[in-house]
Amino acid sequence: MTLVDRLFRDTPLATRREITPKLGFALTVLLAIVWLIPFLWMGVATLRPASDGINAMAELMPSLKPTLDNIRDAWEIGDFPRYFLNTTIICTGILLVQFVTITLAGFAFARLTFAGKTLIFYLFLMQLMLVPVLLIVPNLKLVAQLGLYDTLAGVMMPFFASAFGTFLMRQAFEAIPTELEDAALIDGAGLFQRIRHIYVPLSLPSFSAFAIISVTSHWNDFLWPLMVINSPDKRPLTVGLSVFTATAEGTQAWGTIAAGTLMVIAPLLVTFLIFQKRFISSFVTSGIK
Amino acid sequence: MSLAELAALPVATSAPPRLHVLRRFSHRFKASLPAYLLLLPSLVFLALFTYGAMGRVFVDALYQRATPKAPLRFVGLDNISAVLADPYFTGAVVNNLVYALGTAIPSIALALLFALALARTNAVSSVLRAALFLPVLIPMVAASALFLFIFLPNVGLLDYYIGRLLPVLPNWLGDPDIALYAIMVITIWKNAGYYMLFFLAGLQAVPEDVMEAAHLDGAGPFQRLLYIILPELKPTFLFVIVIATLNAVTQVDHVFVMTKGGPSNATNLVLFYIYQQAVEHYDIGKASAATLLTLGALMGLTALSFRTMASREGGP
Repeated sequence: MTLVDRLFRDTPLATRREITPKLGFALTVLLAIVWLIPFLWMGVATLRPASDGINAMAELMPSLKPTLDNIRDAWEIGDFPRYFLNTTIICTGILLVQFVTITLAGFAFARLTFAGKTLIFYLFLMQLMLVPVLLIVPNLKLVAQLGLYDTLAGVMMPFFASAFGTFLMRQAFEAIPTELEDAALIDGAGLFQRIRHIYVPLSLPSFSAFAIISVTSHWNDFLWPLMVINSPDKRPLTVGLSVFTATAEGTQAWGTIAAGTLMVIAPLLVTFLIFQKRFISSFVTSGIK
Repeated sequence: MSLAELAALPVATSAPPRLHVLRRFSHRFKASLPAYLLLLPSLVFLALFTYGAMGRVFVDALYQRATPKAPLRFVGLDNISAVLADPYFTGAVVNNLVYALGTAIPSIALALLFALALARTNAVSSVLRAALFLPVLIPMVAASALFLFIFLPNVGLLDYYIGRLLPVLPNWLGDPDIALYAIMVITIWKNAGYYMLFFLAGLQAVPEDVMEAAHLDGAGPFQRLLYIILPELKPTFLFVIVIATLNAVTQVDHVFVMTKGGPSNATNLVLFYIYQQAVEHYDIGKASAATLLTLGALMGLTALSFRTMASREGGP
């Protein structure tokens, strides 16, 4: 049994002799390899000593004398530990506030009846459509008026409410049987106690799905923090990397750029490789981030 | 209807019923109060940064300063006409249209190919899915840093490996005729894996027994794709097209890192133009007018995606 036969083992018998699906699969394998080349180059170039010269820079065969010099240089030139800290603060801050806002709003939509529910539902839905990045100009003005220009809080604030998260929690809460809540109600539990002890613990998978989407999208945000942040020591990773790249590009230090890029994306890549299934299912639910 | 009846009508809806309506309203409000309180934190931030922002764009687009230090004065639609007359803006719009078509079509086609090839879950297809999905995770800025070297003239990855096959080495990012297409390659590389996920999910809805019936009737792979799979994937297509278009308008980080809109504005996109007006030229009036035009242009798309989203969320 060849490898190809084995891959098509569970297809219906009638289609097993068809050529087209196999060609499509072969093309996909080829493209997947092409897709990985930038990552492969990043790894190889990070470990390549500068003594190999600029002409060998594109070589995808790893150097025989690997070195960590590029990583050390990148670490020293760019203020990466600081950028890491800033990005971590931004992502955690946004996520914690979002957890509160989406839990409360999600509960209201899932379990309460109130006047104007449809209208408010559509008000939330509008946020999914008015992509926040298009509103950078008015929001920058507002952040400045609030005295939050050049602060991490200013970077975080526009994302504190999340329509996507609210809908996700609404769905999760609706799936929880009301009998549980009724039992708690008889025991005299207040609204917040019921949310805290019944709804939240039973919806942890939805919280983690939301956390994955929220953290990856804000880890990768660039234009908005670029506009809000002015001081070098408040830059998040993406802004830091762009400044670092611009500097190192001038000196043709491509090994250092590869090392810097590797450091920026490594945390997300490692987390993805560990929790692959969870990441993929979260992204499927995401639709619009 | 007689005159007497007409005269009777206003009397019937005079003071007491109105009081009644008020009382009913206040009663409903009281009953709704807990929900409003729970929604309040979200609504405050939405009001500030979404609806408020919309309102401020409208107002800001109507004002202008003669010089950066001069006081604001009302100029009506002057900003809008100034933006529409600005060749940089119209150029950015044309670029953005080319960019939207040139990224959406190939990345959706590739995503469909990937999903069809990897629809069956086994160890090999999981690895391939992960490989194709990796670019989705990394920041656009990081992707740009890598592609800066890939497109580097003479010594870059592209020239080093396939440049030898060409008689003249193109300057991928430096040639105004090529730069926009080079930029598109990054977007396709980065987004195809994302759209693949939606097609993979969509393919699960294709009924297995219909596919088997088609085999028995002798339908070949292309016929099955055309007559069974594609019709079944229609909602997925709609959804992915909307996201791809939104991405074409909102993802401009690579323009910033790689070309800054150059050479000679060949890669200037609308959002980058807005950024330049606001941050580099301090022209909030023009930046707001351009934002307003972009939001307006997205309205048709918004209405469409609004309906898709509403049906996906299952209504209120």
